[in-house]
Amino acid sequence: MNIQAPLTDEIVAKLRAGDKVVISGTLYVARDAAHKRLVEAMARGEALPFDPQGQIIYYMGPAPAKPGQAIGSSGPTTSGRMDSYAPRLMEVGLKGTIGKGSRSQPVKDAIKKHKAVYFAATGGAGALIARCAKKAEAIAYEDLGAEALLKLEVEDFPVIVINDIYGGDAYEDGVRRYAIAD
Amino acid sequence: MREIHCDTIAEAVERLSMEANYFLGDDVLLSIQGALRKEESPVGREILEQILQNALIAREDEVPLCQDCGYTVVFAELGQDVHIAGGDFNEAIAEGVRRGYAKGYLRKSVVAHPYASRTNTKDNTPPVIHVQIVPGDKMRIIVAPKGGGSENMSALGMLKPADGKDGIIKFVVETVRKAGANPCPPIIVGVGIGGTAERAMFQAKHSLLREVGRPSENEEDADLERGILAHINKLGIGPMGLGGRTTALAVHVESQPAHIASLPVAVNIQCHSARHKEAIL
Repeated sequence: MNIQAPLTDEIVAKLRAGDKVVISGTLYVARDAAHKRLVEAMARGEALPFDPQGQIIYYMGPAPAKPGQAIGSSGPTTSGRMDSYAPRLMEVGLKGTIGKGSRSQPVKDAIKKHKAVYFAATGGAGALIARCAKKAEAIAYEDLGAEALLKLEVEDFPVIVINDIYGGDAYEDGVRRYAIAD
Repeated sequence: MREIHCDTIAEAVERLSMEANYFLGDDVLLSIQGALRKEESPVGREILEQILQNALIAREDEVPLCQDCGYTVVFAELGQDVHIAGGDFNEAIAEGVRRGYAKGYLRKSVVAHPYASRTNTKDNTPPVIHVQIVPGDKMRIIVAPKGGGSENMSALGMLKPADGKDGIIKFVVETVRKAGANPCPPIIVGVGIGGTAERAMFQAKHSLLREVGRPSENEEDADLERGILAHINKLGIGPMGLGGRTTALAVHVESQPAHIASLPVAVNIQCHSARHKEAIL
C-alpha cells in the first residue's frame, strides 16, 4: 500500500496492524530532546515549530550526511522513550509516528482515541533508509545537533503498521503466531 | 621492551572506528544468511534480506550501517613488555575516536552528563576503555561501537547459587523476552557469569567480540549457550519483533570463578549491527 504524508482520518482507517506500507511525502524528525522542548512549548502556550495537524513524526537521529546524500544513515530509534510525549502531540493533531519497538498502553489508547497510527521501520537499516530521503532541513532546535527537529521529504519509505485504530498490535500478533510453549 | 607511539594508537583507533561502522563482519553476515534460510516468517525473511542489503550499501558507499554509531568501547590487550611513548594512552584513544567520527561522518551520540543538562560532547568522546595486561610486546586494540538501543536492554541479576543453571536460563530468557523488539532482533546475547557484579557485565560485553555462533571452549558453557538459544528462539519475537523463529543468532557465555555466596549473571544484548574491528600494534 502506497500512502502520502500528511495523513487523514480516511487513510488511517484503512490501516491494519501488520500491513506493509510505503510512505511518500513529508515527515518531521524528532526524538527525546526535541520532544521535551515541543511539549514544554505547548505547556507555555507557545506555537510549535510546525503545525502537527495530520503530520507524521519519525523518531530518528541521523548520522551526518556525506557529500551527495540528502541525509546520513537514518534508521528508527526506540519509540518507547517518547511514549510520555506521544499522547499530548496526538491531542493536537499528530496522526502518525514511526519508530521501532512497542508502545505503552496510554499511547495505544491515544492512537485509538485520536485516530492515529504507529509504524515501525527496520532498525539498523540506516543506509538503506537514507536512500529514501530526498531532502532534509533542520527547522528548529539546531543546537541539539543529531537531535534537532528536521523536516524530511521521503519517497517510498517502507514501514509496517504496528498499532492501528482498532486496537491491533503487530508485535503481539507476531509472538502469538510464532511462540512455542516451553 | 618495545615502544608503541601514541600517534600509532590514535591512527589505528581513527581507522577502526570508521571500518567498524561501515563494514559488517563476515561472521555476522554468514549468521544472518543462515537465519534467512531457516526463518519461517515471511515478514521475518524480508527484514533479514533488508539487513543484508543494508550491509551491502554501507560497504559500497562507506556510510554507517546504522545511524547510531554507538558509544565507542575500546578493548586494549596490552603486552606487558610494551612502553607507550609520546603522550597519554587514554588521550590517544580519545583522539582517534574524535578524528574517526569527524572524518567518517559518524554520529556523535555522547552527552557530557548522564542526567540534568545532557549536553552533547560533539565528538563522541569519551570512549569506554578496557585494558588487559597480557604477556608479550604487542598491543591488540579492538574498537567496538555499541548502540544505545541494545545496550539499554541489558540486565544484571545477582542470582542465588541455588538458582543454578535453570535460574540462569530463566533470567536470560526473561531479559530477552522483556526487551522484545527494542534491541533490533535478531540479537546476539552476551552472558557473563561469575566474578563480581561489574566483572560479570564486562564478561558479557567481552563475549560479544567472539565470532558469531562459535561455541565456548568450556563444554559446560557451550551446553548452556545451546540451551539458552533454543529457549530464546521459542519466544517467537523474530526479526525486528514482528514474529519469527530467529530472535537470537547466538548466545555467547563467558564464565569465571564466583564468590561462595554469589551467582552474578550479566546479560549484554547486541543488535544485528554487531560491530567490531581490530588491529595488532
